Amino acid sequence: MIHWNSFSDFIAMGGYGFYVWGSFGATVLIMAIEPIVVARNRKTTIARLKRQLRAETRNTAE
Amino acid sequence: MKDRFNLYRFASPATFYPFAGALIPYFVAVSIVFGLAGLWLGMLVAPTDFQQGEGYRIIFIHVPASWMSMFIYLVMAGWAAIGLAFNTRLSGMMAQALAPTGALMAFLSLLTGALWGKPMWGAWWVWDARLTSELILLFLYIGYMALTAAIDDARRADKAGGLLLLVGVVNIPIIYFSVKWWNTLHQGSSVNLAKSSMATTMLWGMLLMAMCFWMYSIAIALMRVRTIMLERERHTDWVKAELLGKAGDEK
Repeated sequence: MIHWNSFSDFIAMGGYGFYVWGSFGATVLIMAIEPIVVARNRKTTIARLKRQLRAETRNTAE
Repeated sequence: MKDRFNLYRFASPATFYPFAGALIPYFVAVSIVFGLAGLWLGMLVAPTDFQQGEGYRIIFIHVPASWMSMFIYLVMAGWAAIGLAFNTRLSGMMAQALAPTGALMAFLSLLTGALWGKPMWGAWWVWDARLTSELILLFLYIGYMALTAAIDDARRADKAGGLLLLVGVVNIPIIYFSVKWWNTLHQGSSVNLAKSSMATTMLWGMLLMAMCFWMYSIAIALMRVRTIMLERERHTDWVKAELLGKAGDEK
């Protein structure tokens, strides 16, 4: 079922290791970083909007 | 009629916001399942290619990323058309939420293409019709993001960006058919509905990876659109309620 004979065969990718793993590495990196950036952006946006909202309600109360 | 009524209901940000939030974990989970299955088939089970050896395995990233880069653009152009025709609030937000992911997919397509081109053609880059039109697609994404970011008024930004998207949509068939229309170095399509030139495990590995990328893109776009909604609708009662209540406990 498994195509590879050994783990080192798998890593070597028949001599194309750099190209294959470079492609997969870049993809994994992007797909890991993008959600982190989006989540962090969401956090700061919510914090800022809350601050603004609190400031607004304070002004109208006075 | 009932379905139609529901559809319109979800066009309102106040209804769409919690709905999108509830859907995100499912899209993430399905994306991971498809990704693991696709990697297992593609990287562990699929046989060696008789022409390209093991180097062909870049296909499991390259083709899904390329498909998504074109598909996301079409979806954005569709939202732009709806937004320009019916002046709906949600459409501009959806287009903006999709743009960075589309740009990343186009970038990944070009990067993995270069990593594939070097060992197979002996060049990282050639000014070939397929490669050049994909590069233009990346520039269209960047242009759209820069244009909408430069206009302060969100509705005006949507309109200007929407026009850019609709004009740029002409590039998509050019990318897609470039390998047929011109003599290019880029290989023709490996997937054909009638007769595929690939082994079954290769084909399924690639399709599963494409589904993984698809679900990932939906999940990340929904995450992004929820933040855009809060920002743009900050003066509405539902956002105020959201900020004072639930949003505080959320990650």
